[in-house]
Amino acid sequence: MTTHAERLPETASAGDAKAKRSLGSRLVERVSGGVISVLLVLVGLFWLVPTLGLLISSLRGPGDIATSGWWTVFTEPSQLTLDSYDKLLHNSDITHSIINTILITVPATLLVIVIGALAGYAFAWMDFPGRDWWFMAVVGLLVVPVQVALIPIAELFGKIGLFGNIFGVVLFHTGFGLPFAVFLLRNFFAEIPRELLEAARLDGAGELRLFARVVLPLGAPAIASLGIFQFLWVWNDMLIALVFTDADSQPITVALQTQVRAFAANVDILAPGAFISMVIPLIVFFAFQRQFVSGVMAGAVK
Amino acid sequence: MTSATEAGVPPAPASPKSRKSVTGTRRTVAVLFLLPALVLLGALVVYPIGYSLVRSFYNQSGDGFAGFDNYKALFTDDGILTALKNNVIWVVFAPTISTALGLIFAVLTERIRWGTAFKLLVFMPMAISMLAAGIIFRLVYDQDPDKGFANAVWVGVHDTFAQSSSFPKAHPGRNSPLVAQGGGFVTKATVHTGGTVTLPLVGVAPDQMPSDAKKAVAPQADPGRITGTTWQDFTRGKGVGTLGGVDPSELGYPGMKIEAVKDGKVVETVKAGDDGTFSFSEKANGAQLRLPASNFREAYNGVDWLGPSLVTPSIIGSYIWMWAGFAMVLIAAGLAGIPRELLEAARVDGASEWQVFRRVTVPLLAPVLAVVVVTLMINVLKIFDLVYIIAPGSSRDDANVLALELYLKGFSEDQPGIASAISVFLLLLVIPVMWFNIRRLRREVRR
Repeated sequence: MTTHAERLPETASAGDAKAKRSLGSRLVERVSGGVISVLLVLVGLFWLVPTLGLLISSLRGPGDIATSGWWTVFTEPSQLTLDSYDKLLHNSDITHSIINTILITVPATLLVIVIGALAGYAFAWMDFPGRDWWFMAVVGLLVVPVQVALIPIAELFGKIGLFGNIFGVVLFHTGFGLPFAVFLLRNFFAEIPRELLEAARLDGAGELRLFARVVLPLGAPAIASLGIFQFLWVWNDMLIALVFTDADSQPITVALQTQVRAFAANVDILAPGAFISMVIPLIVFFAFQRQFVSGVMAGAVK
Repeated sequence: MTSATEAGVPPAPASPKSRKSVTGTRRTVAVLFLLPALVLLGALVVYPIGYSLVRSFYNQSGDGFAGFDNYKALFTDDGILTALKNNVIWVVFAPTISTALGLIFAVLTERIRWGTAFKLLVFMPMAISMLAAGIIFRLVYDQDPDKGFANAVWVGVHDTFAQSSSFPKAHPGRNSPLVAQGGGFVTKATVHTGGTVTLPLVGVAPDQMPSDAKKAVAPQADPGRITGTTWQDFTRGKGVGTLGGVDPSELGYPGMKIEAVKDGKVVETVKAGDDGTFSFSEKANGAQLRLPASNFREAYNGVDWLGPSLVTPSIIGSYIWMWAGFAMVLIAAGLAGIPRELLEAARVDGASEWQVFRRVTVPLLAPVLAVVVVTLMINVLKIFDLVYIIAPGSSRDDANVLALELYLKGFSEDQPGIASAISVFLLLLVIPVMWFNIRRLRREVRR
């Protein structure tokens, strides 16, 4: 059609109008495609620059940070140094808090998976009175704000000696991770074909074996999503740890927030500290994008 | 939550299948499977709700019944009122802007080849902590344009369009012929054709002088005109420089704007040359000369992002940076579910891209958009970390939000009654969503 229009430009008739428009609209498409690309490149930069600023700031000395912007490294790359990281990793408060973060996150993730999977299986495949009502009650708890529990649990933990203690934080995270875990896993387990379970049953598997050998392996995708979601949630938490940990059990988020009051003076701790605290989540994010996305999507209203 | 199915979980079966136990479970076994979860949920989630509810009706120490006093404080305490107001701003703007951006990004990335890379980049902040994001944005919002990126860009743009002045600190010295007027300076005497004028000023540090400044030249009388010089009248102690006289070591004020004013009206405007000399035509005869305030305006220093008036919008900006990716990913998943034929049909019917977007895409995405907005609203209601980290001490009161106020009341001001009332208030706000979740689940279970 285009060639036709080109060949007979002088006799452009009503019939050619369509051909011309398609040429025009293709042009518009090209141009708008270019505009979209430029726009998205700008937006992408906008999203990248803040993180880049943190990374570069963490690689400059306190003197440079206090006097000039991080972008000056592009003209003076000699500013780049690992001193701040070196100092940070020799700061026992910080290294201790990184270990605490791991000690809190790993158990809180595993506990939620195990306890959530047991309950999810029971809600999906066991008979007991009021099963669906119980499940609905759990689902209702999905949106309860953690803030509601801070004061009561602080008092409770104070009484039973769990306040200022890693175990208390783990317990709290497990409790508030459970509604989502039970919800997600029950829905996934419920879709396991009945025949598979029956076959295993006929082979003489008991309830626990059925759960461990059939349900858990088949539920792996959902368990992975849940695990990554919960892992990032706990790793990144500040509020709960702020309330329930003390100087000895605080995770990296709490250790860093104590430095924020005098922000300008502490940039050489805060920038590398924040970056170190981001490394594990970012690795998990890039390695398990798919599972993370499904976890986030399943947890939409949380 | 709706999206459990979109999330790779198999869709619900079309026909109702029995999920009766295949083992004929004994009750005790079911109880054992459920017990850990129910105990933890009961102790850590359900019990606190009841406790907070009761506690919110008791006074500070917890031993006296206080009626609705704590709830009254919600609407009378200045701090809580600011928090309430800010929470309203948060809930109105943060979810809608994030969702709108997410929608735009989701639609646009479908048309470019590197859409996946873009999505990954915008979604990435979801993986990091609000503490890290807070530190990132404390750096971005630094007031000093030499350090904070936001102000570096802002000042750069501003200075492209508005010339900043070169002489912010210049002012008349001793025995000056000039007096201050409205931020600028004006001569005490009027000027006359054929005469010369000197407009000496002091106070510009040598390293602050414009690089094009040349040695000042004393004005040469010109019969038909008024000539003069404006320069840095550098005098120091004995013998160094003459007060009010042009010395060989002194520099002119290049580009200084000078107005001739008669009866309050500007009759002529000139700019000084590199050597500080200027010349007026005879129109200026009998006028006073004025150095307008624009010569002395302080260099533009950017926006006080974290000052009292902008702190909440600035923090909302950082929230959008974190969560627009979430909206984008959910909307993109919804977009992938729209039948292409519908869009093509609209295009064939002659609809423009905008019309297709407005009349077909958005209505079909409405359920997803609703889920995203509601999710973000619940999330924003509880916003804490970003405000706690980004708002500097000086403007924290202005940035206050309910979750922060609850934390402060409960753990640093020892007001557990009021803190409990705030938590019950937050809970009440999410109850509609709770109810909505349960209802849609009931439909699924019954199916």
